[in-house]
Amino acid sequence: MQVYLDNSATTKPCEAAVKSALAVMNEEYGNPSSLHMKGFNASVLLENSRRTIAESLSCEPSCVYFTPCGTVSNNTAIFGAVNLMKRRGNKIVTTAFEHPSVARCMDKLSQEGFEVVRLSPDLNGEISPDKFEKEIDGNTILVSLMAVNNEIGSILPFDKIKAIIKRKKSPALLHVDAVQGYMKINIKPEKCGIDLLSVSAHKVHALKGCGALYIDRAVRIKPYILGGGQEGNICSGTQAMPNIAAFSAAVSELGGIGQRLEKIKELNGYTRRELLKIPGVSINSPESALAYILNISLKGIPSQVSVNYFSQNGVFVSAGSACSKGHRSDTLTSMGLPVERIDSAVRISFSCQNTKEETDFFLKLVNTAFSELSKK
Amino acid sequence: MKEIILIKNGELALKGLNRSSFESVLVKNIRRRFRYLGRVEIKCMQSTMTIEPMSEDFDMQEAIDILKRVFGIAAFQRAAAVEKDMDIILKTAPEYLREQLELAETFKVEAKRSDKKFPLTSPEISRAVGEAVLKKFHHLKVDVHNPDLTVTVEIRDRNAFIRGNQIKGAGGMPVGTGGKACLLISGGIDSPVAAWMMSKRGVVLDAVHFASPPYTSPQSEQKVHDLLRQVSKYSGDIALYTVGFTKIQELIRDNCEEEYFTLVMRRFMMRIANKIAEKSDCSALVTGESLGQVASQTMPALACTDSVSDIPVLRPLVAMDKEEIIGVSRKIGTFDISIRPFEDCCTVFTPRHPRTNPKKEQLDEAERSLDIEALVNEAVENVKFELIR
Repeated sequence: MQVYLDNSATTKPCEAAVKSALAVMNEEYGNPSSLHMKGFNASVLLENSRRTIAESLSCEPSCVYFTPCGTVSNNTAIFGAVNLMKRRGNKIVTTAFEHPSVARCMDKLSQEGFEVVRLSPDLNGEISPDKFEKEIDGNTILVSLMAVNNEIGSILPFDKIKAIIKRKKSPALLHVDAVQGYMKINIKPEKCGIDLLSVSAHKVHALKGCGALYIDRAVRIKPYILGGGQEGNICSGTQAMPNIAAFSAAVSELGGIGQRLEKIKELNGYTRRELLKIPGVSINSPESALAYILNISLKGIPSQVSVNYFSQNGVFVSAGSACSKGHRSDTLTSMGLPVERIDSAVRISFSCQNTKEETDFFLKLVNTAFSELSKK
Repeated sequence: MKEIILIKNGELALKGLNRSSFESVLVKNIRRRFRYLGRVEIKCMQSTMTIEPMSEDFDMQEAIDILKRVFGIAAFQRAAAVEKDMDIILKTAPEYLREQLELAETFKVEAKRSDKKFPLTSPEISRAVGEAVLKKFHHLKVDVHNPDLTVTVEIRDRNAFIRGNQIKGAGGMPVGTGGKACLLISGGIDSPVAAWMMSKRGVVLDAVHFASPPYTSPQSEQKVHDLLRQVSKYSGDIALYTVGFTKIQELIRDNCEEEYFTLVMRRFMMRIANKIAEKSDCSALVTGESLGQVASQTMPALACTDSVSDIPVLRPLVAMDKEEIIGVSRKIGTFDISIRPFEDCCTVFTPRHPRTNPKKEQLDEAERSLDIEALVNEAVENVKFELIR
């Protein structure tokens, strides 16, 4: 039996996604910028896909720009925003547990002389709006936070930040890295006053090599990749049409958020209850976290060892975040967890394709892991 | 004009009666490394060898890159072989050496004439070629004492050779002239360097790796593969034996005193490697141990691990500092592979306070409850074999 419980690293592409990617490769392989029929057909496909993604975000299609991945979306948003706003202030407010594609941009900006304030989460992995309220001021030009933390699943108050920015009479733009939250919780950038929002296709059962960036109509950021001017000059380069078609197909296929979330909540609740019956298991994700992600620690078993053990037995989970192999998790460290818990942490991440039988299989392995791997 | 490669085989020339057999090993090694480049003719004359490409599409640059990594070669160079005609020599020399001449500020010409029937004497040849070069390259100056580039013209029996500066070879002895040994490789920085040093002295290598899944990951086995593939660019093909080590390590953890974990484990490794060495005709073991680097590499600890080996344990890094070892590993291209962050079996169950001054008797006592022979035999029977090339 093979059980894939690493859906926050990437997901298995759904059939509809694979089918539409293949169709594009086999038939409508034109360049959407070409003037002939093949090009025109591709451009129709491109705009239809854009409309689908826009609908999923309840926004105008013209605010959606396709990018090669979540990392490019984040980089484009952050450097674009800072470049646009740098005359108005010098301060950037973000969190201490951002994904590296945000955190490394912040490192660079801090080296360049910007004052980067990184808010630490509490023991539950949450950051209250008050903390943002204390830091956001007239000198702040950008607030960047993730919607959902990729390692423990805590949900951040991304929908409450715009009000704070307005109250504080700050010129700041608001960027939300929604890679882990997209299609899992309701994120409506227009309604929440989000200026820039990043999403990625392969986390929602589409293919690797495609992401999108939402940019509010009033915000005119400058691109940092120069070229043929595709995607409204925000992200030049010929669009990856098979990936974009697959993205749109996967999003249509997934449909409503609520029903899926109910199912995942049930799966998560069951797994949590059963895990707590096993001595040595502690749960790092707060009760309030998004049910798709469940971070646990297995006392006395280093993360890499338990990941290997589960993998040998056909279950695929992650040691912390798949992006930070071999390096102690920033998220868990910033939450102030003890080192032993950080070093034995494992992240389980569900998708709507997982079943109760699969989690039972995993739970059985957690039990045998303790009896086989720890000292007799 | 035909291009050939001239090889100086350095240390080999000093080996009395064995010289010709050593030379034939070197020739065989070069042929094997060139197997994908095309056919070549290799001839030995005194302390020099010539390699003459026999196929049209022979990639000279690739051949040069390969030769830099062949042990037993002190220095080598490309040379143009032309007719023994002064006009042709004068025309070819500046053209053939254009790249080197453009980069040099000073040069001299050296002529050697073994064919004494050639109409010009050596100084006359030098002068003529020097003039021809100066006429084409106005920036050059002649410096006979310390030139950037020495242009050599050699008049032999059949051809004249024109060549520029030498390229330094890898030195050492041809692999295959120094016997065969079995390397214990973990995946760290040291063992690949030890392998490189031994094969530099002409030793053919087999390798043994101990894997303890799930405590060690498939990535760490892949890392060993990649390390050996890099080393094999110097050493030639390596036979890799991977030993499943999980059961032994768990038994050590559950039955031995913690402070002896590492040493008992290392003694098991030695015993298993001894058996594999015996089967594969290796007459020594090679490890990357360096004196005092960690607790299991103190002198008393080395004595304890050595006491279970029937064949010599060679430790080429024994007196090297970590910095020096890292220097070599960067040079041979293994450093970046070695630092990939995956656990190897040596760091599984490490004791908090390992013994640095153990006695052999204490270790015999510590392992008493384990059925050593059965465990070693089981491990050897289940070994996995691959050829790394």
